[in-house]
Amino acid sequence: MTTHTAPKAHTVELAGGEIHILEAGSGPPLLVLHHSTGALGWRPLHEKLAETNRVILPDMPGYSRSTLPEWARDPRDLAILMLQLLRKQGLRDVTLVGLGFGGFVAAEMATMNSDLIGRLVLVGAPGIKPPEGEILDQMLIDHGDYMRMGFRDEKTFQKFFPDLENSDVRSLWEFNRVMTARVCWKPYMFNRRLPPLLPGVEIPTLLVWGEKDRVVPMSIGREYARLLPNAKIEIVKSAGHLVDYEEPEKLARLIQSHAR
Amino acid sequence: MLVGYFTERPYQDPESGFFGATGRSIQDLTLSNADYDSKLGADLYNRYLDEKVYCEEVGFDAIMFNEHHSTPFCMGGVMNVEAAIVAKTTSKVKIVLNGNILPIWDDPLWLAETLATIDMISRGRLVTGWVRGGGRESVAHNAQPPFNWERFQEAHDLVVAAWTRPGPFRWEGEHYDYRYVNPWMRPYQQDPYPLMMVPGIISRNTVAWAARHKYPYVMLSTRLEPTKASFDYYREVAREEGYEAGPEHIGYLWKVHVDETEELAYETGRKFLEGPGNIFLEGSRGVVSPVLQNLPGLTDRNNLLPTGQLGFLASSRGLDQEAAAKSSRARAAQTRAKAVRGAPKATAAPAAPAGPRAGIQAATAASYDEQLANYTITTGTPKTVLPKIRHVLETLRPGSVFFWDGDGAMTHDDTMRSLRLFGSEVLPAVKEMADELGLVGPFERNPMTAPSIAPTKRAAKAPARAKRAPAKR
Repeated sequence: MTTHTAPKAHTVELAGGEIHILEAGSGPPLLVLHHSTGALGWRPLHEKLAETNRVILPDMPGYSRSTLPEWARDPRDLAILMLQLLRKQGLRDVTLVGLGFGGFVAAEMATMNSDLIGRLVLVGAPGIKPPEGEILDQMLIDHGDYMRMGFRDEKTFQKFFPDLENSDVRSLWEFNRVMTARVCWKPYMFNRRLPPLLPGVEIPTLLVWGEKDRVVPMSIGREYARLLPNAKIEIVKSAGHLVDYEEPEKLARLIQSHAR
Repeated sequence: MLVGYFTERPYQDPESGFFGATGRSIQDLTLSNADYDSKLGADLYNRYLDEKVYCEEVGFDAIMFNEHHSTPFCMGGVMNVEAAIVAKTTSKVKIVLNGNILPIWDDPLWLAETLATIDMISRGRLVTGWVRGGGRESVAHNAQPPFNWERFQEAHDLVVAAWTRPGPFRWEGEHYDYRYVNPWMRPYQQDPYPLMMVPGIISRNTVAWAARHKYPYVMLSTRLEPTKASFDYYREVAREEGYEAGPEHIGYLWKVHVDETEELAYETGRKFLEGPGNIFLEGSRGVVSPVLQNLPGLTDRNNLLPTGQLGFLASSRGLDQEAAAKSSRARAAQTRAKAVRGAPKATAAPAAPAGPRAGIQAATAASYDEQLANYTITTGTPKTVLPKIRHVLETLRPGSVFFWDGDGAMTHDDTMRSLRLFGSEVLPAVKEMADELGLVGPFERNPMTAPSIAPTKRAAKAPARAKRAPAKR
């Protein structure tokens, strides 16, 4: 059994603001980009990954404790900042893991042909206009209901958030939604300029989708698989959109088998 | 005093006079326009335009329009078209637009051209108000809520520049870019431009902005005490800016229906709350969507007016009452820090719905009689409404008032009876009251040229508008 290690918190100065980072483990670097709802601290997925890798979990600019870049208008702006973060931290050959919206940002980073990224993992990532279905629009529903739809079913949601109405997490999601609305209001959660660039991305890529994803249609996963030359897709049968909440161990194993 | 008439121009079902004839609840942005009957729409647009012309005949100084989108409670989705029509079909009344929803315009130069055209056709009768719009408007025209306030300010600055600065010039702002600003039309009123008004209910930012620009601020059907407190805030900002705000800087809109008998007035007044009335109103049958009113970044919840802190308003805009009351950024930051420290603990049993969705029932719960008692609705014969109107005027001291009538389920006949009585008995008495109380309107004393109370202090300070005006474009 691995010893439970508390992550180290630190900040990095980037583009005139501060990026808040949680970090633990040793080994090849692995960067995790959070969902649009923000990272809820150090969770079981990060714990498992830290057994084999140096896991770096930033709050992306404008999310949670990181400074909001007033000028940012596009997930691509966040992608550029996250590449600057890797360079500034002296990280190379990184395994880049993007969860949901973080996967959209990770895909944008990958198109920039940086030699800093060694492996790419996109989990339920938007970024492409879905060939079938629609991406669930968090701007038109209650943010608690949006999180609810992230789980495979109501029972699982209740297990994680039994007292949501009285939980501080609501205000965190509400806060984070503002940044999402600043960079992703329209088009919602995709970029028409992303798919044409994907065939040029040679980074080995693992696509992971929850079979019961009710937020980001799996047709997007298949489109990533079609466009990226070195990609494979894994379906997690027991999960919805939030694979990292529902099946952290399975997801960690998939990532570890693909990672550096 | 400037005395105007207003109605939302509801889309009414002809059979019952109630939009509820479809049998469905009126929840914001849930109705399909598959139910829209354009022949009925044609009748209603013509009815409302005819009523506006009649307002001029009976002696109103102003007719006021407003704009909402994708909703049956207001047919003024393209208010400027209605304004352009009455510019030609009337000859004396001020045409008050309260207001164009600046942030949803992607091309405000086109708006400047439209309004200048209306001002010329009306030979200088345009009063052009500006609003930020609600979530409904941001969604319907897909304008980013976090930039709502920035776009409001920049679009205003651009319209003013287009009207006052000889072109051509470039405009390269944060949200709008033009390589050639030189509209081949300018407003008829050029001293310095048509009067601007700012209607609102909730945002301190907007009140402060209006006060800095010396634009009249018009409170929309809010309760008297918090409305008074909001006007006090305007005056406070005005003093900081170096001038004393007078009645010409203050406007108030509220529901007044006049009728032939007390009984008829009471029963007809009840129709304010029936049919497709504005869902933000107390007692309305509509149901507001808290999600749409609480879009990310639309309203800074730490910057609410006293009116916005009222339970019904806060909840009807989807805002948590506690958050509205405790306006502390520090607290928000602490909560955020607490939330990100770790995953939430699985402790208590699922709670009954609270938070933003609670209180929506309360939002519509105030009864007709309660509203009559708190003056947000006034009904009666000319003889009995006048003392009530006087109470409102004495309490708020506005230089502009707009009587809101002919709404909800009221028919054309209901409206015309009221307008006739307004003209013959109410308006002359209101004018006398206003004179007696010293309630000077914005066309009797220009709010933009209010004298300085601290000349030396003010001289050292750049004028408010210049602060945001782009230096050299």
